[in-house]
Amino acid sequence: MALAPAITDIELLKDHPALAALLAWSRDGVEAAKFDRDEMTVWVAAKNIHEVCAVLRDNKEFPCNFLEDVTCVDWYPSEPRFEVVYHMLSMAKKERVRIKVKLASGQLTVPSITPVWPSANFPEREVFDLFGIQFEGHPYLRRILMPEDWEGHPLRKDFPVEGYR
Amino acid sequence: MGNLTLAPNIPEPGEDRTMILNMGPQHPSTHGVLRLVLEIDGETVIRVLPDIGFLHTGIEKTCEAKFYQQVVPMTDRIDYLCPMSNNLCYVLASEKLLGLEIPPKAQWVRVLLNELTRINSHLVWLGTHALDMGAMTVFLYCFREREDILRLFEMVSGQRMMTSYFRIGGLALEPPIGFFERVKKFADRFPTNVDEYENLLTNNPIWKGRTKGVAKLSAEDAIALGATGPTLRASGVDFDLRRDMPYSGYENFKFKVPVSQDCDVYARYLCRVQELRESIAIVGQALAGMPEGPVKADAPKVVLPDREKMKTEMEALIYHFKIVTEGFAVPAGEVYQSIESPRGEMAYYIVSDGTAKPYRVHMRTPSYYNLQVLPNMIVGRLLADVVAAIGSIDIVLGEIDR
Repeated sequence: MALAPAITDIELLKDHPALAALLAWSRDGVEAAKFDRDEMTVWVAAKNIHEVCAVLRDNKEFPCNFLEDVTCVDWYPSEPRFEVVYHMLSMAKKERVRIKVKLASGQLTVPSITPVWPSANFPEREVFDLFGIQFEGHPYLRRILMPEDWEGHPLRKDFPVEGYR
Repeated sequence: MGNLTLAPNIPEPGEDRTMILNMGPQHPSTHGVLRLVLEIDGETVIRVLPDIGFLHTGIEKTCEAKFYQQVVPMTDRIDYLCPMSNNLCYVLASEKLLGLEIPPKAQWVRVLLNELTRINSHLVWLGTHALDMGAMTVFLYCFREREDILRLFEMVSGQRMMTSYFRIGGLALEPPIGFFERVKKFADRFPTNVDEYENLLTNNPIWKGRTKGVAKLSAEDAIALGATGPTLRASGVDFDLRRDMPYSGYENFKFKVPVSQDCDVYARYLCRVQELRESIAIVGQALAGMPEGPVKADAPKVVLPDREKMKTEMEALIYHFKIVTEGFAVPAGEVYQSIESPRGEMAYYIVSDGTAKPYRVHMRTPSYYNLQVLPNMIVGRLLADVVAAIGSIDIVLGEIDR
């Protein structure tokens, strides 16, 4: 089975219910979109993530009622370096959408989505712990997996696999 | 007459009467190394803070330094009670990245072993959960059947717990001769065993007293806090990834999804016991309809060749050498593959940059999210209910800390 090429043209994808909901919210708010391997990815600006989550949760066509996962990818040494990745599931439509936020090395701050989805509590702490991303407005942003006095963020690409000796 | 204190000065209830109680990380009923910091007022829990990370081994980081096929044994170690589910989720994600088609027999064997894993995991849960509440016998019964399942795993993979039996592109080996007959024997007998557990617990007044109406979790809270699996379904949300977003050929199987509206520990118990029965029914269907054919995909650059072929064919030897020494390149992209593990939604998010090593592997583990509901369940309840609540969400700390 050969892989179908990824579709990145927003015009071709605008019928996808999640993307349609976001385009209806704001045409400029959607930075880019990609449909690859049956999965929808939408890039939005960091400052909008709170609003995007609320739009996806509350719209009628594609109600994403469940936050599945929050994680991060480090693209060191290219810029913007980090991508915070949110996976949202619509239990009614049985489909999920991936929202991504790009962060440049200088400004590793993104608004916390815990007010929209309390389930983001632990995973945001994990991303803070392992990548050093600050979540503005998180109620309890402290290290969760690593010891409190740990220095550095282990899942960054410039952190050696065997650790610092 | 000595110093008799007839009016001891005990403070009135109020702010300063609470105390901080440390529970764990070595407490047996926290099912691993979970530490809870509890603020209690007498016997009532006022606040609770789960403290995790004691088992953190950096598996996600280690995966980035391995070839795709070398990650499979790492995934067993995440959750030692359902290694097959983790194997399956990882290989499905990798196959989706590669665009590989898996032969039907491999898919059916995967389903069969996954349901056995579910039974295995639920048996350990039932045994230890009952033991926490003082019911010793159930534990012994459950481990008797679990031993049979572990023997089946040993027969098929050579390992009792860390199976690593699934490979990207199919299975490691054809199941051995006589394996399906032994599974059949087990599947025929197992429903009677479930009756035995139920006889001990389902109508037991002590069990009901400890579990009914305890650690309530409403459907809204369960969704808002990210609970999945039996914890979610016992709160009345009818969602099961096997049925609603089928993977690995689950659309070919007929099964009921147990749901309860009672939202308490007893409801979670009933849901899981019903799942035991449904799982063994799926095992029966898989055995009855087991297709014939190969157990590995026809993709010589990804799947290791047969040993016999390597002795006679030059090509096979070359492919073997290439895969073992330099892995196989995976087209750039990203996938999020979720499955219904015994504890809930298990998912792997894999990012590929086009090389032979995954750029990023992230595991969305069900216990990690299920643990978030714990404070919601136990605040305002008695201290003794904390143990019941922890048992009922069925957490595995290896999976939480990774």
